Amino acid sequence: MAIELKMPALSPTMEEGTLSRWLVKEGDTVSAGDVLAEIETDKATMEFESIDEGTVGKILVPEGSEGVKVGTVIAVLAAEGEDASAIQAPEADASAVQQSPEKGGSVTEKDEKASAGASTAELMEAKPTPKKADPEIPAGTNMIKVTLREALRDGMAEEMRRDERVFVMGEEVAEYQGAYKVTQGLLEEFGPKRVIDTPITEYGFAGIGTGAAMGGLRPVIEFMTFNFAMQAIDHIVNSAAKTNYMSGGQMRCPVVFRGPNGAASRVGAQHSQNYGPWYASVPGLIVIAPYDAHDAKGLLKAAIRCEDPVVFLENELLYGRTYELAQLDDHVLPIGKARIVREGKDVTIVSYSIAVGLALEAAEQLAAEGIDAEVVDLRTLRPLDTETVLESLKKTNRLVVAEEGWPTCSIASEIIAVCMEQGFDHLDAPVMRVCNEDVPLPYAANLEKLALIDTPRIVSAVKKVCYKG
Amino acid sequence: MARASNPEISKKSAAAFAAPQGSDSENFSLRSLQDTLESDRRYQASQEELLHLYEQMLLIRRFEERAGQLYGLGLIGGFCHLYIGQEAVAVGLQSALEEGKDSVITGYRDHGHMLAYGIDPNVIMAELTGRQAGISKGKGGSMHMFSTEHAFYGGHGIVGAQVSLGGGLAFAHKYREDGGLCLAYFGDGASNQGQVYETFNMAALWQLPIIFVVENNQYAMGTSVKRSSAETEFYRRGTAFRIPGMKVNGMDLLEVRQAANVAIAHVRGGGGPVLMELETYRYRGHSMSDPAKYRTREEVQGVREKSDPIEGAKADLLKLGVNEDQLKEIDKRIRAIVSEAADFAEKSPEPEPTELYTDVLVESY
Repeated sequence: MAIELKMPALSPTMEEGTLSRWLVKEGDTVSAGDVLAEIETDKATMEFESIDEGTVGKILVPEGSEGVKVGTVIAVLAAEGEDASAIQAPEADASAVQQSPEKGGSVTEKDEKASAGASTAELMEAKPTPKKADPEIPAGTNMIKVTLREALRDGMAEEMRRDERVFVMGEEVAEYQGAYKVTQGLLEEFGPKRVIDTPITEYGFAGIGTGAAMGGLRPVIEFMTFNFAMQAIDHIVNSAAKTNYMSGGQMRCPVVFRGPNGAASRVGAQHSQNYGPWYASVPGLIVIAPYDAHDAKGLLKAAIRCEDPVVFLENELLYGRTYELAQLDDHVLPIGKARIVREGKDVTIVSYSIAVGLALEAAEQLAAEGIDAEVVDLRTLRPLDTETVLESLKKTNRLVVAEEGWPTCSIASEIIAVCMEQGFDHLDAPVMRVCNEDVPLPYAANLEKLALIDTPRIVSAVKKVCYKG
Repeated sequence: MARASNPEISKKSAAAFAAPQGSDSENFSLRSLQDTLESDRRYQASQEELLHLYEQMLLIRRFEERAGQLYGLGLIGGFCHLYIGQEAVAVGLQSALEEGKDSVITGYRDHGHMLAYGIDPNVIMAELTGRQAGISKGKGGSMHMFSTEHAFYGGHGIVGAQVSLGGGLAFAHKYREDGGLCLAYFGDGASNQGQVYETFNMAALWQLPIIFVVENNQYAMGTSVKRSSAETEFYRRGTAFRIPGMKVNGMDLLEVRQAANVAIAHVRGGGGPVLMELETYRYRGHSMSDPAKYRTREEVQGVREKSDPIEGAKADLLKLGVNEDQLKEIDKRIRAIVSEAADFAEKSPEPEPTELYTDVLVESY
């Protein structure tokens, strides 16, 4: 049977091209790989190779023809044993590339309607039944005082006892006991197979951790700080976050990337940055940024058990703080659920990580001035618990976001957008954000203080939205 | 390590090659494995074995040609990197692995590695055309295909990323003590990425069971190795990490297979990572939209005529007593498989619109 040679698409964007030159003539014998013609695309002049063996029967589009649509039959090839001269030219067929899928019968009318009619919102899966609440702490549970770093360490240790697949890897996590002592004692209990010191090589070990998760393990990858994870962000975003989607749900990547995030104290611009908004913008990632020991432990345990890749953002300045923690056998908290850490009726302060402490302080000061503020700790930055935020807004009708991080394209920006889109009718005042100043963090003590969010700034913003400032 | 004193050793079982050597061995020799290979360069395949490998290479060739055709017809979009010319690499190496136990990971030129691992051509082609029946439900495309069932871990679009991910797969083999190893492919282009060396360091430091495979097809997109690389002998690039290197003719199926046996025995014997450089050649452009003006037509034709891996295997088969009719029969069968894959890929429906929001996360929160 004669083989039709069609005008090929030679680039992702090509719709038509110029047939600049034929390198064969009718009657020539060609084999696979021979160049038949030169075709000028929107980008370059490309050689058009023969895929089959045969004899050139008819050339239907003469050289020099411009605007030849992709898919047009440009020549006919006679196969082995066929008489090339006897081949009849097919009827003109200028079917362009866009038509071919329909021809294959792939896009049915029903599909067309579905794509045209359904908005993307309708395409989203129905939201799962009401979000899980935090488990109740039984009355009479023993409360103990622990530092945040101990709570994190205990969370990891419990999960390592529970699941052989869990291991901890990072710089100075084993023999040094952790650069910030978060992994203290783990080497002693679990040995060097499961608590692994790496060289200083973030890109490399983030990749190894991600690959190990693909291979079925449960890695906890510690970055000495998230500033250094910039060297590894490709694996977090491109390798870990997208794998499940790109594989059509076939390949999971249950890895936890954890470490301190945000400004520490006088460590300068390169070591002081909040990456919450960066990672929270990536579909496929879970991003958690807890404030106290209760949430840190419960959410870290949940993160390690989670089937999805998690970025777990801690805060160096909080590591040494002591919090009350219920002594429970297995303290696991739901991911994706915000917590109302202080109830109030006049105004909502939405916050996360270290700024929650500042928001609570602000709320105390405001209470003295007769303003009853509710404080919402987001805890998880992706997926964002917009439900709790909007419920609180419905109650107070005023909202301020307090965030230790830059204001531009921040979590605050996102919360404000959510309030505009879904809570507009409940707003009695514009939503305001209180963030760090929009500058790299300076070293000088006075300038650093000026650059960072503080309680007075939150108080002042709250008064503004209450029209009392 | 001393040279293999007895050349007979290479003909015995693969395990006989094992010569574990710690990274702290004073006798580290870059060429230790190369010497073993050179003592006996070509694998002695039985007629049946070679027929099977030949068939696999032919399947890759015809599949890729058809993919190129479908691209030309607009049925495949975006990037599409063809493996034509490099068939002996994936087929030769992977035939020496234990499928399902050993893991394989590669970059974006991944169709051949999947076919060499016995993954159904239909679902690969349907992925290329972006259909629901594709191996990634049409959400991955040419560069992003995976099969956890076959321990094929992709299919990665960021040049060099698969090397450290492969390090992680090898780490998992060692951690679980499952006896498996990872074969991590990358190109001469990826060889200049920093994370490759970060991974070499940790793989050697921790003695991970991994074979790093540089598929040196001479061009990183349009840049020849001479224009991009200070050290163009890629097998030497593990020296700084005490990783033994092997330089292999990637156009000769039986040499590739022999080299694979040597490397695998070393890794399985606990010797740590191996770096193999396979000299090969891609006949087509880097991707479909590459006019390939950086090399001459004659250069490509020269390789095709003198060292085509499929023609080479054909000659070996004829020597083993296979006749032309048998080969024609295989050719016919392969063409039928590829036609069926193309038909399947054209006729399968596109993904349901609701698939847009599935598989972003595994769990619900």
